[in-house]
Amino acid sequence: MVLKVFFPSCCATAESGLLIGRWIPEQNSAVVLAVVHFPFIPGQVKQYLSEVQRVTQINMCVLGSWSNSKQEKEEVLDKFLEDLSTIFSHEPWIQLSKERDSKFWSCCIFQKYPSSPKEDEFILVYYDQRKVMLSQLHPTDNLTTSADHKGNDASKLGAVFDTVAKSKVLFMTDRYDDGPFKLTHWQSEGVEASIIVELMKQASVPVCMLLTFLLSLVSSVCKSRVLKFWPLSFIWSKLSTCEQLGHRLEHLQIISSNRKAQNQTQLMRKANICVSLLIDMALGILLMSWLYRENRIGQLADTLIPVADHIAKELQDLLQWLMGVPAGLKMNRALDQVLGRFFLYHIHLWISYIHLMSPFIEMILWYVGLSACLGLTVALSILSDIIALLTFHIYCFYVYGARLYCLKIYGLSSLWRLFRGKKWNVLRQRVDSCSYDLDQLFIGTLLFTILLFLLPTTALYYLVFTLLRLLVVVVQGLIHLLVDLIDSLPLYSVILRLCRSYRLAASVKFRVLEQKAGKPLRLLMQINPLSYGSVVQTYRLTTYACYPKDSWSSLCKKLFVGELIYPWKHKGEKQD
Amino acid sequence: MEEGVYRAVSGARIALQRRQYSASCREFSVRCPRLQLRSLSAVTCSVWLAAYGLFVLSQNSMVLSAAIFITLIGLIVYLHFVKIDQESLLVIGSLGIQMTSSYASGKENTTFIEMSQVKDVVINEAIYMQKVIYYLCILLQDPREPHGVSEVVPLFQSSKPRLDCLVEVYRSCQEILEQRKT
Repeated sequence: MVLKVFFPSCCATAESGLLIGRWIPEQNSAVVLAVVHFPFIPGQVKQYLSEVQRVTQINMCVLGSWSNSKQEKEEVLDKFLEDLSTIFSHEPWIQLSKERDSKFWSCCIFQKYPSSPKEDEFILVYYDQRKVMLSQLHPTDNLTTSADHKGNDASKLGAVFDTVAKSKVLFMTDRYDDGPFKLTHWQSEGVEASIIVELMKQASVPVCMLLTFLLSLVSSVCKSRVLKFWPLSFIWSKLSTCEQLGHRLEHLQIISSNRKAQNQTQLMRKANICVSLLIDMALGILLMSWLYRENRIGQLADTLIPVADHIAKELQDLLQWLMGVPAGLKMNRALDQVLGRFFLYHIHLWISYIHLMSPFIEMILWYVGLSACLGLTVALSILSDIIALLTFHIYCFYVYGARLYCLKIYGLSSLWRLFRGKKWNVLRQRVDSCSYDLDQLFIGTLLFTILLFLLPTTALYYLVFTLLRLLVVVVQGLIHLLVDLIDSLPLYSVILRLCRSYRLAASVKFRVLEQKAGKPLRLLMQINPLSYGSVVQTYRLTTYACYPKDSWSSLCKKLFVGELIYPWKHKGEKQD
Repeated sequence: MEEGVYRAVSGARIALQRRQYSASCREFSVRCPRLQLRSLSAVTCSVWLAAYGLFVLSQNSMVLSAAIFITLIGLIVYLHFVKIDQESLLVIGSLGIQMTSSYASGKENTTFIEMSQVKDVVINEAIYMQKVIYYLCILLQDPREPHGVSEVVPLFQSSKPRLDCLVEVYRSCQEILEQRKT
C-alpha cells in the first residue's frame, strides 16, 4: 500500500522534532500540520493536542518524528527518535529525516504489527499551507453534503483541504506568544490592524441596524394598502423603474441583515451583491456629476422636445406616403384615407400633448436625474420608461394596426372554412363539415371577397407600425440587458479570481520534482484555479432577467397572425 | 526515460516520451509537430496579398493596416488558444490521473482526476470526418451507481496518435491501475 505524506513546504527548514497532524486511515495518508521542536514535555504535547482537537473538531495526533540534521552526530538522535514512538503510540509511526542541505529526504515507517509483508512505498506531497488553508475547493455543495453523510465518500483532496482549513486556529497564534513548546507551521504575520478598518467594523453594526430599520419602514410603506388599488398597482407593474427599485431593496435587505452567512456560497453572494451595489452607485454618481454640470439638463430638455417633434413629423410624412401610392402599390383608396386620417389625428393629439408638457420637462428631468444617485441601473430603467412614454403613440398605432389586422385574419380564416363547407366546432375543438344554406354561402362569400381585397391595405399599415414598434422594443431590450448584466455579474468573485486566484480552487495539479533512486517520490501540489467562465456561472446572482417570452418561431407566428407582442415578461409574472 | 517516434492519425510525426518516476508514477507526453515556418509564411502572404488586391481596387490604405492587425491578432489567438504543443498524462497510482496540455504560447491547461473517480482507462473508437479512429479515454465512475459510467474523458485530443502509440500508453496505464486493485 502506498503511503502519502502531505508536508507543508514551509516546514522544510524546521529543526528536528515531532510531526503533528491528522492521519486519514481510509486513504492511507497523513496530513502534517506542524512540527513541534525539542525540547518538550510529552504530557504537555498531549494536553495541547487534545485542546486543539476540542476547538477544531479534527482528530489531531502525533504522526511521527522529523529530523533535520546539520551535523553528523546521528547515532544518538536516531535511537532517541525511535524511542519516541513508544511514548506517542501511533500506528504507523512515520520517520522523516533530512540530511544536511539535501533535497532528498529519507522516510521510513514503523509498524508494530506489520500488516503487509511488501515493502511500503512513500509519496511526499508538498503543499503551500497558506494557500490550501485559504482556498475553497469547488464544487462546494458537493463537498459539504458528502462530508456530512460519510467520511469515506468525501473526495480525498477534499479531506486534505478540509483538514488544513479547519486547523486555522493553530496557525493564528501569535509569533511571539510563548507556549509550552515551539511549533513551526505557516505563521500569519499577525492580524493586520488598521484604524480605519477597526472603526468601520465598529460602525458597521449601528449602520446595519439603522439601514434595516429604514428598509423595514420603506417596505412597509410599499406594502401599504393605498398602493394596492387598481390604477396604481397597474402602473407599478408596468414601470421598469419600480421593478428595479424593488430588486435593489431586496439586495439591501440581504446585505444589512445581521444574520451571519452560513456557508461560503452565501458569503460570496453577500459580497457580490455588496460590490455590485457599490459599483452601481459609483457609476450612478458619476453620471449625476456629469449631468448636473454646465446645465446639461437644460440642454437635454431643449433637445428632447424638437426630437419628439421631429419624430412626429417623420411619422406624418410616412402616413402621407402610405395614403398615396406607397411603393407603387394600389391600395383601396377609401379605407386608406380613413386609416391615414385616423392616425394623423392621433399624431396631432400627441404633438399637442407634448407641447403642453414642454414647460415642465426640464423640471421633471431635473428631479428624475436625482434618482441616478440610487444607481446607474435605476437611471437606465428610468431611461427605458421615458422611451416607452415618449413612443406611446407608436405603441398605440401598433395596437390599432394589429387589432384590425387580427380581426381580418380571423374573419378570413373562418369565412374560408365556410367557403369549403366546413365550420369550427367549439365543443369538440375541431373542424367539422357542415351544410350551409345558399343565403349563408352567398353572404359569406361576399364578405370573404371584401375582406380579402381590403387585406393588403391593413397589412401594409400593420407592417409599417410593427417595424417601428420592434425598433423601440429592441432599444428597450438592450437597456434591460445592460441593467441585468450590472445586476447579476458576480464582480467580487471575478476580482478575487483575478487577484487571489488560489482562493477559488477548481482542483489541484501536481508537479513531479527531481527524483533519486531509493528515495521517496516527491510531488508538489499546486492549486488549479477555477476558470473565469465557471466563476461567473457558479456565483452569478439570481437574475430577475427579462427573458424573451417566446421563441423566434412562435414570435414570427404571432407577428403573422397579428397577436400583440409585449417586449419582455418577468420571471415571476410568467408563472401566473 | 524512453522516447519513441510514432505517427498521428493525419500522418504527422509525433514523439512519445515515457518517464518512470517510481513503480506507481509514470508520465507520458506526446509532442505534436511544431508550427512550420512554411505554413506560417504561406498564410501571412496570402492574407497580405488579398489585402493588397483590395487596396488596389479600393484605394483605401485602411485595408493594409487592418490586414496587419488581423494577422497579428490571429497569430496570438492561434498560439494562445488553438495550437497545442505538448499533451502529457501523469498517472500516480494512489492519487489520480493528471492531464496537461501546454499551448504554444506557454499556457498550460491542467485537469486532475482523483483515483477514486477513475473507473478504467480504455481505448475506444470513434468516427472522425470520413474515417474511424482510435482514442484513449478515461471512464469516470458514477457516484450513484457502482457499475455505471458517468463521463468519458478523451485523452490526447489534439495530437490524435495512432493505435500503436495508444496501445503502449494503455498497457502502462493498466499496469498501474492493476496495482491499485490489489
